[in-house]
Amino acid sequence: MLTSANLVWLIALPLFSSAILLLAGKRSNSWGHVMATIVSACTFTVGAVEFFAMQGRAEESRAVTQKLFTWISVGSFNVDASLLLDQLSICFVLLITGVGTLIHIYSIAYMSHDLDRRRFFAYLNFFIAAMLLLVLGDSYLNLYVGWEGVGLASYLLIGFWNQKPTYATAAKKAFIANRVGDVGLSLAIMIAFATFGDVSFAGIKDQTENASSTQLTAIGLMLLLAACGKSAQFPLQSWLGDAMAGPTPVSALIHAATMVTAGVYLITRSNFIFDEAPIAQMMVLIIGGVTLLFGAIIGTAKDDIKKALAASTMSQIGYMILATGLGPIGYAFAIMHLLTHGFFKASMFLGAGSVMHGMKDEVNMRKFGGVGKFMPITALTFGLGYLAIIGVPPFAGFYSKDKIIETAFNAGGIKGITLGLATLLGAMITAFYMTRVVILTFFGNERWGHKDEPHESPALMLIPIGLLSVGSIASGFILSKGEGLVHWLEPIVNPLKEHHAEEFLPPIVVSAMTLLVVIIGVSIAVVKYRGDQLAIAPAKVSLLTKAARRDLFQDDLNEVVFMRPGQSLVSNLLNLDYLIIDGLVRAVGSVSITAGSKLRTLQNGYVRSYALMTVIGALALLTVIWAVTA
Amino acid sequence: MAIANYLYLSAILFTIGAIGVVVRRNAIVVFMCIELMLNAANLAFVTFARINGNLDGQVVAFFTMVVAACEVVVGLAIIVTIYRSRRSASVDDASLLKL
Repeated sequence: MLTSANLVWLIALPLFSSAILLLAGKRSNSWGHVMATIVSACTFTVGAVEFFAMQGRAEESRAVTQKLFTWISVGSFNVDASLLLDQLSICFVLLITGVGTLIHIYSIAYMSHDLDRRRFFAYLNFFIAAMLLLVLGDSYLNLYVGWEGVGLASYLLIGFWNQKPTYATAAKKAFIANRVGDVGLSLAIMIAFATFGDVSFAGIKDQTENASSTQLTAIGLMLLLAACGKSAQFPLQSWLGDAMAGPTPVSALIHAATMVTAGVYLITRSNFIFDEAPIAQMMVLIIGGVTLLFGAIIGTAKDDIKKALAASTMSQIGYMILATGLGPIGYAFAIMHLLTHGFFKASMFLGAGSVMHGMKDEVNMRKFGGVGKFMPITALTFGLGYLAIIGVPPFAGFYSKDKIIETAFNAGGIKGITLGLATLLGAMITAFYMTRVVILTFFGNERWGHKDEPHESPALMLIPIGLLSVGSIASGFILSKGEGLVHWLEPIVNPLKEHHAEEFLPPIVVSAMTLLVVIIGVSIAVVKYRGDQLAIAPAKVSLLTKAARRDLFQDDLNEVVFMRPGQSLVSNLLNLDYLIIDGLVRAVGSVSITAGSKLRTLQNGYVRSYALMTVIGALALLTVIWAVTA
Repeated sequence: MAIANYLYLSAILFTIGAIGVVVRRNAIVVFMCIELMLNAANLAFVTFARINGNLDGQVVAFFTMVVAACEVVVGLAIIVTIYRSRRSASVDDASLLKL
């Protein structure tokens, strides 16, 4: 029996604050952002208190729960709205509230010129509440509520500047792509209920041996579909690039650090299903591997700094998904990469926001160049994030990414070698495109084409970036020290304490290989982008570059395979409706009208013609009677 | 004399009346034609009473006369009123009641 704890405040605080801001309207314009930030910080404090309390307890009594109310009670089907805080969810709680609070602070300055800043903070708080519900729910159904909540928050924030039609379209695109994934989650919940009669994590975990492998595979594949939608994995990844339409803090918080990693959380949380469903696990590996290369290749060609970072996010989440597909050993490394990625990617996004802030909202890196001189602190923090993501020791990404590459090689056989090489290749491309971003933005000739020099951002923006940079330096070392996170998560994801019996390559060799490919990637980028650049993207480029600029034709594919046929289906159905259903109704109407206008000429007002008709009628009647009787 | 001849006479009178109603414009003539038709019917009723040997047909003939008398009262009043307002007794001129 799990001990009870007061967890509801984690969700209630930001939800309440969001409601106040939305209901109070313009009255809260002057203090709304301050309250939202304080509430977020309070939530972080509650999370930190829970974390230290959890650390103080013995391993088997760390998880705590709280039943809020009985949600659904129909016959034998009972769902409580309950919260569960265990070793896995606390990682997310701290990441969400910690990074969330820093981004709240950043947004105060970043959004200070926006008239709708209060609404922005209301949505941010709502997002925090929904995301916390997602990671704290103790059943798939509770998780689903949070899952939809973050989808809504994401939609509202991507389309925050919806006065621009393209931004509104981007929001819709994200929402619709997420819907496809959500169908997967709801189907998974239904199959789980049909199979186990239960939707809680604990209930399903205890019954997995009763289910057939087909059922488990079906649940696993549906969960994977859900993860693909939310985490922008192949083939549902196309929305993430456009989601950069949202304000940069949103890209940092929702589309880099937290929400898009919900898919990784979902798979890690469902480890008891995936460990018993090898086919689903294989698909997880394939999806992860494909996406990490897919995202990396797109990242090499994007000139929009935010889209390049978004492609990188896609690719890094591909690493995490791949790690979750590696079984009990992989989950902890996926979560570790998720946490370190949360720090360095958020810091880089905020850095990009800082550059945009100083450059009149320009996002095209071809029009940057030499910004480092004018924005030294932003350049420094961005550089730290850069070193972390490409995996230079002792920065955070080195610890987490190396572990994934190593575990991929250790998966054994052809599978291990394929995955290992894919992750290595991904690391090389990552090094290349991140170096490209850094060189194009901070070094080289100044290409912005106007006299106003970029200016460094205010302290309110630089402090959060600085704190996140500390995370991108230290988090990898701290999390992997004495395999701390791995042991911390073991009760949840690896209860049998499995380890690979034999290592394919010794860790030091893997690290050396990774470092080597990173150096290769960096050198290629340096050679290619050193010296002066033009302010416009070259038109004569290789076919692969052209493809990468178009997101490897994913949008075109979606358009040809889904959108156009869907549209023609809809227009055909519309025609059918117009011609047949409406046609019948209109036929009835027009027949009545024509008959009426014809018949009314009979009523001409001439008494004699009425009399004639009476006579004819009487004669006709007589004829009929005569004919019938005779 | 065959009793059927009364019925033939009745039919002829009725037909003359009906044709008169349809073809004549003067309201008074139309009115007289209607009377002719009514009386043709009366003749038929009386003839049938004679054929059947009871008084039913004769009773109906009396009723028809009462109705015809009432009709004359109302009808002539209408015709006179129309003539006063329109200076015309033509039924075709009184054709406003139409769509």
